[in-house]
Amino acid sequence: MLILTCPCCGVAADEIELAPGGQAHIARRGPDSTDAAFEEYLFLRDNPRGVHFERWRHAMGCGKWFHAARCTATNEVFGTYPAQTTEPPQEIRDRIAERRTDQPKDSRA
Amino acid sequence: MKRYSAFAVAREALTGHRGWERAWRRAQPKARYDVIIVGAGGHGLATAYYLGKRFGITNVAVLEKGWLGGGNTGRNTTIIRSNYLQDPSAAIYEKSRALYETLSQDLNYNVMFSPRGVMMLAQTEHEVRGYRRTAHANALQGVETRFITPAEVKKIVPIIRLEGPRYPVLGALWQARGGTARHDAVAWGYARACSAMGMDIIQQCEVTGIRRDGDRVTGVDTTKGAIACDKLGLVVAGHSGVLAQMAGFRLPIESVALQALVSEPIKPIMDCVVMANTVHGYMSQSDKGEMVIGGGADGYNNYTQRGSFHHVEETVRALIETFPMLSRLKMLRWWGGIVDMTGDRSPILSKTPLQNCFVNCGWGTGGFKAIPGSGWGFAELMAKGHAPLTDSFSLDRFREGRFIDESVAAGVAH
Repeated sequence: MLILTCPCCGVAADEIELAPGGQAHIARRGPDSTDAAFEEYLFLRDNPRGVHFERWRHAMGCGKWFHAARCTATNEVFGTYPAQTTEPPQEIRDRIAERRTDQPKDSRA
Repeated sequence: MKRYSAFAVAREALTGHRGWERAWRRAQPKARYDVIIVGAGGHGLATAYYLGKRFGITNVAVLEKGWLGGGNTGRNTTIIRSNYLQDPSAAIYEKSRALYETLSQDLNYNVMFSPRGVMMLAQTEHEVRGYRRTAHANALQGVETRFITPAEVKKIVPIIRLEGPRYPVLGALWQARGGTARHDAVAWGYARACSAMGMDIIQQCEVTGIRRDGDRVTGVDTTKGAIACDKLGLVVAGHSGVLAQMAGFRLPIESVALQALVSEPIKPIMDCVVMANTVHGYMSQSDKGEMVIGGGADGYNNYTQRGSFHHVEETVRALIETFPMLSRLKMLRWWGGIVDMTGDRSPILSKTPLQNCFVNCGWGTGGFKAIPGSGWGFAELMAKGHAPLTDSFSLDRFREGRFIDESVAAGVAH
């Protein structure tokens, strides 16, 4: 079973306590944006086979949203971090680079 | 290709069964093809077959990184139905179901299509209204379904419990000509027919890169070397995102794990498919007697080909509620496949930002039923640039807001 540590309350939570929320760090588009920008915001996803930055909610715990870096091919977890960021923290990027020499530091193209 | 027939079986019986041929040739890649299809699953092979049969395009290679039909084609619960709400969905799924009716004769290969009936239980008032609406929509679309009463449900499926602990059965949407087919045979039958037309089916040949010249595809790099092509079709289900990344565009798709399981074989107890979308499980009985069971997909991106245990637990709980007599049944096998989910839960059969590259993906949790119709339409799209069956399923529908919203129409399971 997938276990993620909630950075808000510190609990190592089983996946049955958590609600997945899809890809992280997607910027909300403003009202003047083009249709293409809204399509990207609403629908287009990286969907990598490898390191994925994603949102989770500790639904059956503290109820807070947080982010996780996880490999979608192996379920290896590189760490969790608070949701109040626009990109993965350096510490998480370093950990990914350390363990995955073949992976880019950021899965976003 | 030698035809399969009762006469052929008798002749081979007299000569020690030494005359049977390989169903398809073991091919090595040529330097160039008119069309390359990536993915030798049901949809890819059906596309190749109808390219040859309908449009005379036979200089075709179907590339497969693993073995033929070893992806989701070999991992599904084999359900065939076309009781969808939206017109474009009903059109392509009904075309598909209709092609299944005569597919064995068409391919000269027994795909064991069994129109045993598909029953979708209505277990809340909302579901009753929803399925009544679907039945009316289907009547207008020329899809034969009807809403049946709990008494009729019990008559068709005597083992069902109408008064469940959480949700009673209030009726059902019944499609009498829905059913099941032998999933492997569908892939094998198409592969044999493609090979007989001179197409190359190349297994253990993984695409590692897509060669481009501006916005045109010129060929693919594979583990068996570079192969040039005039047109490229990507038909790789769960791994569509990976191929799109190679081609340099993004898709509105997330890949998640969907699981299924089968029980030990038992005597015949249920001769149709039952789907219970509120409690979330669906089941049929295979010809071997195993109960074939499916449920919900996982909620997070995943390529591990194994899903979360709690989803299986939910599925089994739902089925035991509905069919209490199954509670002591032992499960024999359990597996997962990677399905490609779109935002509106409808597939993508479309041109792409690259001129001569086409994509057929996003079938999510319900692709098996669509194999013949998908191949029929996608072959036309690749050959002519547009097709009535697939035009609504284009990629730009997300940008333009023309959703084919089956996530609402179908509840959950497809």
